Amino acid sequence: MARALVTGNHAAAHALALAGEANHVARGTICGAYPITPQTEIIEFLRAFNFSKGRVVPVESEHSAMAVCIGAALAGARTFTASSSNGLAYMTENVFSAGYFRLPIVMVGVNRTLGPPWNIWVDQGDTLMMRDAAWLQFYCDSHQDLVDTVLLAFRVSEDPRVLLPALVAQDGFLLSHTQMAVDLPTLEQVAAFLPPCHVPHRINGQGKTIGGMTWPHDTEHHRHEIQLAMERVPAVLAEAVDEFVRVFGRRPAGVITTEQTEDAETILVACNTMARTAQRVVQERRARGERVGMVRAKLFRPFAREVYTTACGHAQRIGVLDRNHSPGSGGIFWQEIALSLRCRPEVLVQDYLVGLGGGDVTPEMIHEIVDDLQGRTTASPPVWKELPVA
Amino acid sequence: MTTLAPLDQDACGHILRPGNTNCAGCGMSIGLQWLQQALGEVRPTMCIPACCGIVAAGAFPTSAYGVPTLATTFASAAAVATGVSAVRRLNDEDALTMVWAGDGGTYDIGLATISAAAERNEDVLYFCYDNEIYGNTGGQRSSATPQGVKTSTTPQGKTEQKKDIMEILVAHRIPYAATLSVAHREDFLRKVRTAHRLRGFRFLLMLSPCPTGWKSEPAESVELIRIATQCGVYALYEVFDGRRYRINARPDGTPLERYMSTQRRYRTDLLDLDLLTALVNEKWAYLEALERAFPARVEDGER
Repeated sequence: MARALVTGNHAAAHALALAGEANHVARGTICGAYPITPQTEIIEFLRAFNFSKGRVVPVESEHSAMAVCIGAALAGARTFTASSSNGLAYMTENVFSAGYFRLPIVMVGVNRTLGPPWNIWVDQGDTLMMRDAAWLQFYCDSHQDLVDTVLLAFRVSEDPRVLLPALVAQDGFLLSHTQMAVDLPTLEQVAAFLPPCHVPHRINGQGKTIGGMTWPHDTEHHRHEIQLAMERVPAVLAEAVDEFVRVFGRRPAGVITTEQTEDAETILVACNTMARTAQRVVQERRARGERVGMVRAKLFRPFAREVYTTACGHAQRIGVLDRNHSPGSGGIFWQEIALSLRCRPEVLVQDYLVGLGGGDVTPEMIHEIVDDLQGRTTASPPVWKELPVA
Repeated sequence: MTTLAPLDQDACGHILRPGNTNCAGCGMSIGLQWLQQALGEVRPTMCIPACCGIVAAGAFPTSAYGVPTLATTFASAAAVATGVSAVRRLNDEDALTMVWAGDGGTYDIGLATISAAAERNEDVLYFCYDNEIYGNTGGQRSSATPQGVKTSTTPQGKTEQKKDIMEILVAHRIPYAATLSVAHREDFLRKVRTAHRLRGFRFLLMLSPCPTGWKSEPAESVELIRIATQCGVYALYEVFDGRRYRINARPDGTPLERYMSTQRRYRTDLLDLDLLTALVNEKWAYLEALERAFPARVEDGER
């Protein structure tokens, strides 16, 4: 283990590279590679990495980057890529293919606003667009979390009880281009944590068609199998976290982390870097004697509803911070949290659209949100933080 | 109705197994059978994008293909094949990775993907059966559809010329590019074997009759391709390393009209046959000049 000062992109790339290198004992590793701001440094790092049994294929588009991963995974390799924003949108068709093929591909998504209008800053609308693609989705709040989550993602994704691809999201620029000191694992540790990649349905010489036509009842069966695999993820992730502690000597975040939720009357739910800011606000409020807590969402797909419901405890007011927007509805995390708490209709669940398109999310803004939340008796339609109050 | 045997009974090992649902007179079926004859015991992995080729596979859990077959998204076949081939290279496996695609996936939606795989010289044998139409969706124009052909999206006849995909692929300087004819069996088998012997990106193009799209008689499919080569509208040639040309059959003066009148897809009433003949002659003058200037070498393979 080496302590190093690295950017978010290099932290993620380092973990991807070691996971790939660890598979040299099996069928090797393949990365389909196409650059896009703010993800580009990941691809550059990987292209420069000297894999002993691996290849980073520089393709002509994100669509082909995922296609290369699909072919390579079906041939039995450990596979990964990275993307952002419009690139991810261009990749979409094959992102769904990878999910429905049930291939354990890992992708680092560096969150960036989807255009138009042109905007390179953070907004989670790009990765959340993939929520129905049958991929696991993790959201990371720090550089260390990125390293750990990439490794956990391979472990859970390749687990025979799961066999689904995984997306690990980080905030563009706020994480991708800033530096933090992290513990970078050694290859020996990664190899001890990640068993050789085995894709049980890989091509093996048999005369069968993979991904061909199915009749409706077979399709429904297939989708149901994916749902069951998703439902197994929280337990598999918990096992992986325990194993992570054994190998690396520290405990990574699992489905969620909580901050003073036990006795909280008011709870904020946030993910990624916003969760870090919210954590600070919660600590300041606690110092004033207010019963405020927070839940940091990490695993978004599958959405472990019971975990969220339990974590929200006896709170009467839940404020969800969404750096994303589903036009015609509201924030996407809010939709999920509200559904999780439908068994407790007395709880007020309020959505706050904050930091859309990469706007700064300051502690002052979150204090305002807490004030607003504490003063509420009913929930309103989503509150747009950057818009003047009507 | 003939039904396919379940997956675990694929001992027959055919690339295209009996019981498939391909139309009578489909050039693709002939191509797949001759591919098998050329390859013998070699069992290719087939990457097939959206096209009649993947519909032909049939529904899960059966498969009309007796070899490993991956259904890819429409634009992705060459990139999926890249992934398969790359892993095989890492593991020192000498297995043949193929793409089997129609003209839509090759000339149109997949063109960027193919170009990129060719530019990287991936170890992939790309086979395009060109029926000059989006046959799988019921017969719409593609950029491979010749001028003057009626399709469901060109009801008055296509006004643009057919795209020359061979010139595009040859310009990538790939190890081997060749056109195949289902009326020239020995030539077909030899070229598949040549492509199999070579490494890197190889491109085989086959003009593939589609009786439903061409409005032609299924029994005449092979004869139609023979006439296409005789009148020169379809040129049989091969190009080594994107530079050295060899023409395999030359036109014998058969008029273009003979080819067009045997199908009911051409708006022959609107076509200027003299102009079209001049274009064919020009194409041949160009090809002949290329062959004279840059002839294939003896070591490039037997004639």
